[in-house]
Amino acid sequence: MAEYRPGDAEQTAFLQELVGAGLLIESGIPGVYGRGEQFERVRWAFDRLVTRAGDGDAPERMAFPPVLPRRQLERIGYLNSFPHLAGSLFSFDGDEDQAAEQAARASRHEDWSGFQSQTDLVLTPAACYPVYPAVAARGPLPPGGVTVDAGGSYVFRNEPSGDPARLQMFHQREIVRIGEPDAVAAWRDTWRDRAVALLRSVGLDAGFDVANDPFFGRSGRLLARSQRSQELKFEVLVQIAGPEPTAVASFNYHQDHFSGTYGITVRNGGGEPQPAHTACLGFGLERITLALLRTHGLDVDAWPATVREELALA
Amino acid sequence: MSSEIRKIIAEHAHLSVDVDSLADDANLYQAGMTSHASVNLMLALEDAFDIEFPDSMLTRSVFESVAAIEAALTQLQAAAA
Repeated sequence: MAEYRPGDAEQTAFLQELVGAGLLIESGIPGVYGRGEQFERVRWAFDRLVTRAGDGDAPERMAFPPVLPRRQLERIGYLNSFPHLAGSLFSFDGDEDQAAEQAARASRHEDWSGFQSQTDLVLTPAACYPVYPAVAARGPLPPGGVTVDAGGSYVFRNEPSGDPARLQMFHQREIVRIGEPDAVAAWRDTWRDRAVALLRSVGLDAGFDVANDPFFGRSGRLLARSQRSQELKFEVLVQIAGPEPTAVASFNYHQDHFSGTYGITVRNGGGEPQPAHTACLGFGLERITLALLRTHGLDVDAWPATVREELALA
Repeated sequence: MSSEIRKIIAEHAHLSVDVDSLADDANLYQAGMTSHASVNLMLALEDAFDIEFPDSMLTRSVFESVAAIEAALTQLQAAAA
């Protein structure tokens, strides 16, 4: 079991306010909540704002379920980098007697994991992961590559916390750019500025900073520092609750990590196809919703008119 | 020590060129070593030389060339002696 990280006093109080106002619905498991109607109204409004902001890039739209073939997680090395965050799906494998024993143990809330076998599925840890093999399967990309709007899939991280901004299951509103290295780097820079402007347009005090992923262990420290020194990851930060600003969007430049794994190439005039680079942008929709509620108040209808207009909240 | 380091680089760094074609101060990242490969190289060096890189040495620059790795290992072995 992952260790539970309690929220601080401010985070705990904010969570209680959100539950009290019906914005979040407690499940009994920290970091796993239902969303009330007003919460979803805001989340969808921001989702649509991202869609409108990206329309000019004419992205190809795809959508994936929140489960991923286990083989994909294995191929991209997720278990080297983030073994502590992964969630894998197990299901019953046995005969009738074993099923009865499993049910009996479960009814007493005892350990029934011995009757479970690993399936071919894992929970999707990042909404961009299914995009790379889908694009690779087409063969070499035309010059300029492709921009994919992967929508807002649920993703899972095994990190129970009392901070309402650290959920175990949340929506990543994801856009992926695959193409020539310079095209991908330019796209990232454009969207970095665009994302900050988008968040400021709805009244959030957003800024960006160089960041690193939460890689596991000692090897992870080398990876994290390497990522930071090359400025491969940026985050857009907003104050929600607690001592530090919270990352509400992140940009990852993977260079050839995914294209090398899946063999994604771009046609280069008449020559041989060249290895593609990839980058992705993910908005944490729940965190942005929480930041909006924290900044403008829990009563959405009482928000400033300019913010409601920008979000097209009726 | 340099030849032992080169042997481990050849096995773990996944360079796009032959390590023996590189000078001691040539940049391994420019020769195709990825960050993930540098982790495998780091772990293999620890096994081979029976040392543990301290937290302060878990940086990109420590593993950037044969010479940089040799300097780090020399420093660790001197500290252990």
